[in-house]
Order: sequence, then C-alpha cells, then structure tokens
Amino acid sequence: MADFHSGTPSFLTVEELKVHFPTSDGVVKATDGLTFRLERGKTLGIVGESGSGKSVSSSAILGLHRWGNALVSGRILLDGTDLLTLTDEEMRRLRGKEVSMIFQDPLSAMHPYFTVGNQIAEAYLVHNDVSKKVARARAIEMLDRVGIPQPDRRVDDYPHQFSGGMRQRAMIAMGLINNPGLLIADEPTTALDVTVQAQILDLLQDLQREFDSAIIIITHDLGVVAEMADDVLVMYAGRAVEYGKCKEILTHPEMPYTWGLLSSVPDVAGDTESRLVPIPGNPPSLLNPPSGCPFHPRCTHRDKVPGDLCRTSRPELLPGSRGEGHLKACHLTNADEVFRKEVLVEINPELAEER
Amino acid sequence: MIAYVIRRLIAGIVLIVVMSIVTFALFFASPIDPANFACGKNCSPAQKEVTAAALGYNDSFFEQWGKFAKGVVAGRDFPDDPKVRKTAPETIAHCEAPCLGYSRERTSTVTDLIKQTLPVSMSIAVVAFILWIIGGVLLGVIAALRRGTIIDRGLVGLSLVLYAFPTFFVGLLLYKFVAIDWGWVDVPRYTTIADGGVTGWLSSLLLPGVTLAVFFMAAYVRMTRAYVLESLSEDYVRTARAKGLPGRTVTFKHGLRAALTPIVTMAGLDFAGLMGGAIITESVFNYPGMGKLAVAANADFDLPTLVGLVLLLATFVIIANIIVDLLYAVIDPRVRLS
Repeated sequence: MADFHSGTPSFLTVEELKVHFPTSDGVVKATDGLTFRLERGKTLGIVGESGSGKSVSSSAILGLHRWGNALVSGRILLDGTDLLTLTDEEMRRLRGKEVSMIFQDPLSAMHPYFTVGNQIAEAYLVHNDVSKKVARARAIEMLDRVGIPQPDRRVDDYPHQFSGGMRQRAMIAMGLINNPGLLIADEPTTALDVTVQAQILDLLQDLQREFDSAIIIITHDLGVVAEMADDVLVMYAGRAVEYGKCKEILTHPEMPYTWGLLSSVPDVAGDTESRLVPIPGNPPSLLNPPSGCPFHPRCTHRDKVPGDLCRTSRPELLPGSRGEGHLKACHLTNADEVFRKEVLVEINPELAEER
Repeated sequence: MIAYVIRRLIAGIVLIVVMSIVTFALFFASPIDPANFACGKNCSPAQKEVTAAALGYNDSFFEQWGKFAKGVVAGRDFPDDPKVRKTAPETIAHCEAPCLGYSRERTSTVTDLIKQTLPVSMSIAVVAFILWIIGGVLLGVIAALRRGTIIDRGLVGLSLVLYAFPTFFVGLLLYKFVAIDWGWVDVPRYTTIADGGVTGWLSSLLLPGVTLAVFFMAAYVRMTRAYVLESLSEDYVRTARAKGLPGRTVTFKHGLRAALTPIVTMAGLDFAGLMGGAIITESVFNYPGMGKLAVAANADFDLPTLVGLVLLLATFVIIANIIVDLLYAVIDPRVRLS
C-alpha cells in the first residue's frame, strides 16, 4: 500500500496536499505536500507531535477548511472523485456520508443541549430521506452496535450523562451511521482512560471489518499505531518524513525523528534499565520552518551526514535501503545500522542483543 | 423541580425581608429628623415632640419596622395613634394591604403611587426590551456571521458609538428632531390604553422606548456577537459540519442555541432592573413613571416612598432571577434538575 508508484487507483489517493494559512505574519504551511493512498478495509496511521499537521491534513479531506481562510491545493481522490474540485454543496453531501470523522474529545465534540440519540439520528436524517422515527430506530441500532447497554433507553440521554468511553462510542456510532467508505479518527483515544482506549480500538477494528471502511487514525501514540494500522505515515513540520508498512516502520525505522518517537514511548513490560529518551527541543514553527531538513535542529545524528547537507538541502521522501515500500526523508545512508547500533541499545537492549 | 421553585421562592422572601431591614436602617442612619419634616417650618420643640409621638417616630427601629411589615400583610392606618383617632379622625388615612407606607409629602399611600407610576415604567420597559432584544440579538448574530467584513466592523463601531452616547443626549436628540423639528411622531406624552387605545399607547412609548433601547441594544450587539463567535468555534459545531449538515442548520440550531443561554440571563436581569423605572428617560420625556417618582422622593426626603420603591425593585430582580434560573434549565439540559 505504501507503494504509490503502482498504477492501480486506490480508494483514497492524496497527492501533494498543501494546506496553507495566510496570516499577517506570513504563510503558515500546516501541511506542505503530503502524498499517500489507502484502500478500503485498510488503516493508515498518521503519527507525529502536536502541530505537525496531522489534524489539518485530515480535516482537509473532510473539507472542514472551507470555513476558514486556508489555501488548499493538490488532489484528494476518493473513489475517483477529486474532493477539492467539488462545490461546497457537493462536498457537504459527501461529508458524514462517504467520509466521516470522529474527534479527540467526545465531550466537547457533542452538543451539550441535544440528546445523544438526536445528534446521531440527525447525521442519518440529513443524508437519507426517512422519517424521524426511522432515523431514531437506526440511531438505537447503531448505539447497540457500538456496545451501549440499553440503547433504547440511553438514546434519550444527554452527552453529560454518558461516560467518556460511552461518548466516544456514541461518536463512532454517529460517524458510521451512514456506512462511510472512509473514517478519519483524530486521536480517538487520547482523552480516554487506558482501559477504555483498548475497548474503543477493538470496536473500531470490529466495525472496520464489518463495514469494510478505510480508516485514517491520527495519533501520537505508537501503541495505537502498532495495534491498528496497516500503513504508517510519520509527519513532521507538515510533511511526511517516513512512510511504509506498519511493521516495517516500527521495527526498522530509518528516520531519526521516528527513532525519537519510538524512544519516547514508555514500555511497561520492558527492562527497567532501558531509557526513555525524549526528543530534544520543540516542534518547529510552521511559519518559518528551518532550512534544509526541518528536523535538523533537533536531530542528534546530523553529524553522520557529510558536509552541511542537513542544514542546506531538504531530503526528498524516497525509498531507503529497505526497498520500494519504505520511504524516508533523511540524508543518512546507513540509517538501519545506526538505529541498530545506537538507538535500539538505548531503548531496548534485549532486542538489540537478539539481532 | 417544584420543590426547587418553592425553595427559591422562600429564599427570595427572606432576601426581601433582609432588604427591607437594610433599607430601613439606611434611613435611620440619615442625619435628617423626619419629625422636622412632618411638623413643618415654624415648629416648636413641643409641637415637634407631639408630631413625632403621633407618627411613631419615637418608637424603636424594630417596632417601626414591625409596623411596616404588618402593614404589608394586613394594612394599617396613618397615623396609627389612638389619640388622633379620637380628636381628628378625618386626618387618618387608611392604607390597605399590601401597604408599603404612606407618603406625607404626596398625601397618598405608596401603594397608590406605585399603582399610578408602575404602568408607565413597565410600558417603557416592555417596548424598549422588545426593541433591544430583537435588534441587539439580530444585529449581533449578523455581525458574528459576517465576521471581519465591513458589515461586522460597521455594526460593532456603530454600537460602540451609541453605547458611548448618554441616554439623555439620545433622548433629547430624538425629542428635538423626530418629534419637534421633523414631526414624524406626536410630541411624546404618556397615553394609557384606556385613553388612546393600543395604538395611542404604543405610539406614545415609541420615543422613550427607542431612547432606552439604543443603549441596551448597543451592548447586546457586542455581547451577542462575542457569544455567537465563541459558540461557532466550539468543537460541537465542527462535529455538526462534519456530519454534513447544511450551513444554516449548523449556525442556527447548533451554534446559536448555546449562545442564547448567557443572553437570556442578561436580558432577564436587565429587564427587571428597568421595571423599577428608567430615571433619565422618564425625566427627559417627562413621563410619570417610577424613575421620576424615585428622584422626586429622594429630593423631598420622602422615606416611605423610597423604601417602597426599593423593595419593589428588589422583588422584581429576585423574581427575574428565579425565572432566569428556570429558563436556564429549559435551555441547558446540564442544569436540569431531576
């Protein structure tokens, strides 16, 4: 799937997507040339720190930028239709029907003044010419499907009467009520308890199998990615810096930023000797991104690249040493070796020895 | 819910009792001797003593307050003095319950004074309220929806200017130009429904209503705009859009609903405050409302009238508070009491 050189059209193809926000201080390039594709029934994990452009990119797929002053360019092909060429009204008809989104904080994402059932049924009513009664029955059915107990009673509850996990389940019910081909989950478990997180992820996977939807899951949690994703796209400063199969990326990352993300994950079952290595510094300003490789100011491995390459020239997203299916944007030529010898020993000494 | 209302009503009554004691106490603290006022200019100390005794000014604070409170419930006579009742029964004024006192300066019970002036103040308040709520909320919503455009800036700028204009200035401008120079309306003179019918009544309220509404409207435009903008940037509005709802549904059903709550609160309290009389507006147009009465009573040291007006206004505000809280529960299910 990561191989976007193949000729067969994908369910979702995003090409050179750019989302720029003109401000009085200059242009904020929240997303600056993002390319990926996704098939039905598959999951893409988009990973990155806050402010790396993950949410902006996915909101652009849904057309939510149309209310702001964002400048969007590139192509977003969903089932062969370029979403960016649609009129506002055409896009509105797709929204919630073909593409749905669930959000990070289900408490603020649901309207406090309307019942849960009312809000879910509303999503069905707007795209289907049915009576309110039918929509309500459908809402109850969906609540049941996402595992809300006594759905015929809870349907009349208000969001504040639901627990956090139940609210997110209700959001999922709302997102899937029209059986969309693509579901975008923007940090769906971040605001939830860990025990509930696993349940929600499980539910998403179940529903994905049932509806054969494509899912984009946006997260900064590599555990979620390992659990859910078929493909992984690592974003930094509005661009993809590494892209490939999930297992491949997690076991043989070739970009120091991905190493940093991996090193920042605490491992409960891991050796107490293993270290948690945070990435130094802060995410760069999207207004004035650093020259060359945007990660170079924080990169601890830039000395291994000859000359001033990291500072002067931006690395393209190209296949690395691991083959066509694994793309990376990094000047390091022996990345796999550096990872094994320097990074893995720090974060997981046992695994390093085994190799 | 009913238990809640009853609880609130009882608390309100307690509050009114406390208010009456405090108002009473304020006047007791005043350096002016009411007996001097009652007795007149050429009053000998002996005469003054008799007057004070007859009018009950020599009683203790709580005795006087007790008589007042009893009068509210059961009515009372002024002066309530057995000697006067025998010697000059024709000078005794009876004040029916609810008796808020007897104004010697105005030779009338306070209840009667209020009965005469309240309809005027209330009429102005109602007309102004309708104008400013419709105008303020509507223009505020328009400004929010057209945020950053000329329309938005124009509305915000205009409301700032109008807000800065003193009420008496706006009132005089309207009076001079609209009524006198251009003659678009009759020179405003308060007309009751009995005298002029509904049309006459309404047209007599137009200028004072507009004068008062302009000030509040300016505030409400800015307030509504801010609340609507805040509401439209909420996550649930984004959810509504993500569902594919049409823009109008997103704005009016999902966006405005939440912005309404604080506006309802403000509107309820502002309206209650206005019912106690719009002092400046009533004075500019010379309308015999409670605001004008309060100013005059203040100038004459007419304590009974002042106490009565203060208590009435306090009651209005307390009732408005309860109504606003109940409305809150209707609007926002989170505060609904089970």
